[in-house]
Amino acid sequence: MTDVSGDRLSLRQRLALRGLDGTTLLIVPALLLLFATFVYPFLYGLWLSFAPKAGGIFGNYATFFSDPFQYDTIGTTLALAVPVTIISLVVAVPVALRVRLMKRQRLLTTILVLPVSLGTVLVAQGLLNYLGPQGWFSRVLMLLHLSNGPARLTHNYWGVFASLLITGFPFTFLLTLSYITGIDPALEQAAATHGANAWQRFRHVFMPLLVPGLAVAFLLSFVQAFAVFPSAVLLGAPAGPTRVISVAAYQAAFEQYDYSMASAIAMIMAAVQLVVVAIILGARTLFYRGSTSGGKG
Amino acid sequence: MIRDTSIGAKIWSIAIWVVVGFFVLNLIALIATVIIDSFATQWLRSWLPVAYTTKWYASAWDEFQLTQVLTVTFEIVFTVVSLAGLFGVTAAYAMARRNFPGKRLVMLLFLLPLLVPPITYGIPMATVLYQSGVGGTFWGVVIANLVPTVPFVILVMIPFIEQIDPKIEAAARVFGAGTFRLFVHVLLPMLLPGILAALLLVLVRTVAMFELTFLAAGPTSQTLVVVLYYSVFAAGVRAVQSIDAMAVIYMLTTLVWLLIALRFVNPTQIVARSR
Repeated sequence: MTDVSGDRLSLRQRLALRGLDGTTLLIVPALLLLFATFVYPFLYGLWLSFAPKAGGIFGNYATFFSDPFQYDTIGTTLALAVPVTIISLVVAVPVALRVRLMKRQRLLTTILVLPVSLGTVLVAQGLLNYLGPQGWFSRVLMLLHLSNGPARLTHNYWGVFASLLITGFPFTFLLTLSYITGIDPALEQAAATHGANAWQRFRHVFMPLLVPGLAVAFLLSFVQAFAVFPSAVLLGAPAGPTRVISVAAYQAAFEQYDYSMASAIAMIMAAVQLVVVAIILGARTLFYRGSTSGGKG
Repeated sequence: MIRDTSIGAKIWSIAIWVVVGFFVLNLIALIATVIIDSFATQWLRSWLPVAYTTKWYASAWDEFQLTQVLTVTFEIVFTVVSLAGLFGVTAAYAMARRNFPGKRLVMLLFLLPLLVPPITYGIPMATVLYQSGVGGTFWGVVIANLVPTVPFVILVMIPFIEQIDPKIEAAARVFGAGTFRLFVHVLLPMLLPGILAALLLVLVRTVAMFELTFLAAGPTSQTLVVVLYYSVFAAGVRAVQSIDAMAVIYMLTTLVWLLIALRFVNPTQIVARSR
């Protein structure tokens, strides 16, 4: 018996040496929870998508890609998500470079965090008033003679576009700002000492250091925008021009009760996001990767 | 700091502030329309309402049964916050203190629910919830909301725990503290600011979490943001001012917690989840 207990002790010690002991087990509850609520449903959804109500294994996917009403949703969603993400990022970088120098950034960042934390539903309701035909935005346009009649900015593409920009830009900006403030200012000073002008400092010092961070910011913002749902329904025309992919998935699940089809659309949504992630991460490796801090090494 | 005084730099700087100003102006105007409209007797074809009233708050409160909705919202939110804290902090402690085989894989699993948008994994998750019978119930909504919040707490807490010197824990052990006493008397007081910040952010995120709650909620387990969505969706059934009054109430419930949270964290931390 002593032999056995000695054996067990050594096993425990061996495990502890590899970092597995009582403390490590503390991750088990969280791990189990995520397996049950995230990993399992995802795998189950994947399996369910290959078990359609009618047709063979790929029945759902065949239906989706043969019906323009369904497969057009990919294009519709990309047409919203890609421009919004690019505009957000292109504006966020110069603004963040400037804001980085401010002493009191807190007020601006607090204002900008508002739409992110209030959420898309509230922004949608606000924009319905604000961008509506009798809203302030339309009135100002008429006052400035930029538009003859009331501008039609809600219940179409532009309503959803505006709502994505209002919630997406602050998100991208705050992410970019956190990356830019992580770059040692000494690097820029060194470049300036050597006579580099503002553009050269940006092009040859900041840009290479920022690209990895910007790639991540682009991806997170894109993925958020690609999953647009409440504002596409409330501010857009969910039956036609802004029938985005999440609306298609929602309708399959909760209007037609075809969970198999809904899972298939969710998997297609995930696949499109994955493709974009792969493209961006692939492009990122073409750039410099290394330390953003100054000094040696 | 580098001071660039050329004309080009000045124009560039002005252009940036114009863009920021335009954005912030629109944002404030957008929020202001909601607030003004909620106090308006009637607001059509004019810059400002004809007259002001507070009656919409009373009618919104009755029409949307806000007493019940707010009770449910806070029951759900506080359950999510405490469970996310419990699961998250313990897991973060293990992640911060131990190196074990497969740690990178576990980290990836914790990152995924934060990177994949809720609507993508929400639909398969809702399917599973409904098939197991918890869909549409209080606990269904709580479980759905734990998926992004537990990883969020873990990622926020890991750096907090890492900065505490393990020697302090070793000292407590030497003096005979068990794991429980070590946690309550040594770790908890030191981790409290971090835990508080993480949980406040979870609170703000859960109050505003639309997609997952929407997919998992039944008639009696809707939170305020879901009720707001349905009323905007069915616009025309109720007066716009009534919906806006509810929107203001929703804004207040979020902003109170956001302002408290911002005393402890930087706004950039709300979006920059993993560094």
